[in-house]
Amino acid sequence: MIKVRIPLTLRRLTGHEEVVELDATTVADVIDALHSRFNGIRERLVDERGAIRKSVLVFVNDEDIRFLENERTPLHDGDEISIVPAFAGG
Amino acid sequence: MEKHGFMKALKCRECGREYPLAATHVCEFDFGPLEVAYDYERAKKTLTRKTIESRPQTMWRYRELLPIAGEPTVGCEVGYTPLIRADRLAAKLGIRELWIKNDTVNYPTLSFKDRVVSVALSRARELGFEVVACASTGNLANSVAANAAAAGLKSYVFIPADLEQGKIVNSLVYGANVIAIRGHYDEVNRLCAEIAGKYGWAFVNVNMRPYYAEGSKSMGFEIAEQLGWKLPQHTVVPMASGSLLTKIHKSYQEFAKLGLVTETPYRVHGAQATGCSPISVAQKSGLDFFKPVKPNTIAKSLAIGTPADGFYALKVMKETGGCAEDVTDEEIRDGIRMLAECEGIFSETAGGVTVGVAKKLIASGKISSGDSAVLCITGNGLKTLDAVVGHVGQTREIKPSLREFEALIGAEAEPMKV
Repeated sequence: MIKVRIPLTLRRLTGHEEVVELDATTVADVIDALHSRFNGIRERLVDERGAIRKSVLVFVNDEDIRFLENERTPLHDGDEISIVPAFAGG
Repeated sequence: MEKHGFMKALKCRECGREYPLAATHVCEFDFGPLEVAYDYERAKKTLTRKTIESRPQTMWRYRELLPIAGEPTVGCEVGYTPLIRADRLAAKLGIRELWIKNDTVNYPTLSFKDRVVSVALSRARELGFEVVACASTGNLANSVAANAAAAGLKSYVFIPADLEQGKIVNSLVYGANVIAIRGHYDEVNRLCAEIAGKYGWAFVNVNMRPYYAEGSKSMGFEIAEQLGWKLPQHTVVPMASGSLLTKIHKSYQEFAKLGLVTETPYRVHGAQATGCSPISVAQKSGLDFFKPVKPNTIAKSLAIGTPADGFYALKVMKETGGCAEDVTDEEIRDGIRMLAECEGIFSETAGGVTVGVAKKLIASGKISSGDSAVLCITGNGLKTLDAVVGHVGQTREIKPSLREFEALIGAEAEPMKV
């Protein structure tokens, strides 16, 4: 099971669920699985070319996926994913 | 006054969708950053050179272009720091005319962050918050802690655990709750983004960011007014998240839009430390996106490896013909020394970055030696003593004895002839 922490920005779509558990083997799978459960999530996270938006940061076990293998980052049972707006801080 | 002052709405920078003027910072459709939209037509009626000049010398003299509904209640004395003509540093760097915008003496916590915090906390109060918070590389934490204390608000400030002592003590003394995170700023920031979604706090640079960031414009407004209602040919701005650089640009645009200055050509340049230079590297490679990095520099206040406004900073430099550059730790210390020895201003490491980068840009001709430039010096050197101890000379110690003094001074100075 993968645990996904849903940002405030998306909770209207998840029926205010803060944490969603699902099965996935890569970060890309997580987005597919979220989209099939909560319609509309994909276009919020992914741009027209299919890449994760520059406005969205994804972390696997607190590490930015851009330091891992981006959307192809492999996941293992028990991993935790955070989705966080990029435009914060500084 | 209208219900929301001169603000009209929050507006997504990416898709233009509008949102109510609440404590929210991200568009629900594309995660784009929300920005305050103003009623410029109405602002134009009252915001003239004459009215501005008649108001107190604080950042609030431009209040029509700052995002609060009523009058400021926090940080009413912030801003209007000196703009210094820096002839000695100009000669050293090889440029005709140079100015220092000296926010090392901003009130009350000696950095430009007092500008953004006075806006964020005044707005937080309007929205009914009693607890304020921030993710910070140090200066912001100091400012939130101090201004919250003065306003009677409770504060939580989150910082990387390895910050300079001066920055840590400068938050603790105000009675703030200082949470030190074992990680670098980007990790503090990510944690705060998650905390902000969980607690009903006004996180100045998370859910209050649309208001907070606008406070930086006051630095640009002041530069233009203090130059005699003119835009500088070049402005060199330190970049952490890149937000200050984008807001300096916006301030010049707004002054031109309101007819307060003539829109003469200007370039906005960005300064980073080589040990954390994602924006500078992207600009120099001609890219419009940056690659995140893990910071390693003495310029801890600029150590943001995933700069939130990196894309927009790159865009501003492209639009204005500005350039980015970065400097090593040694060049940063040299920059601090040059500013201190030439102008008597002791800046923190970020100021060393700005001076060092200006030197490089002038030497390479990216800033023409016949032009005029403004350097934004954003924080005080007393807060980052750790970075320069052992690099700025040493005391010479003697007994209280005339003979010892004469032996020490030797040929350095001749006694007076009576």
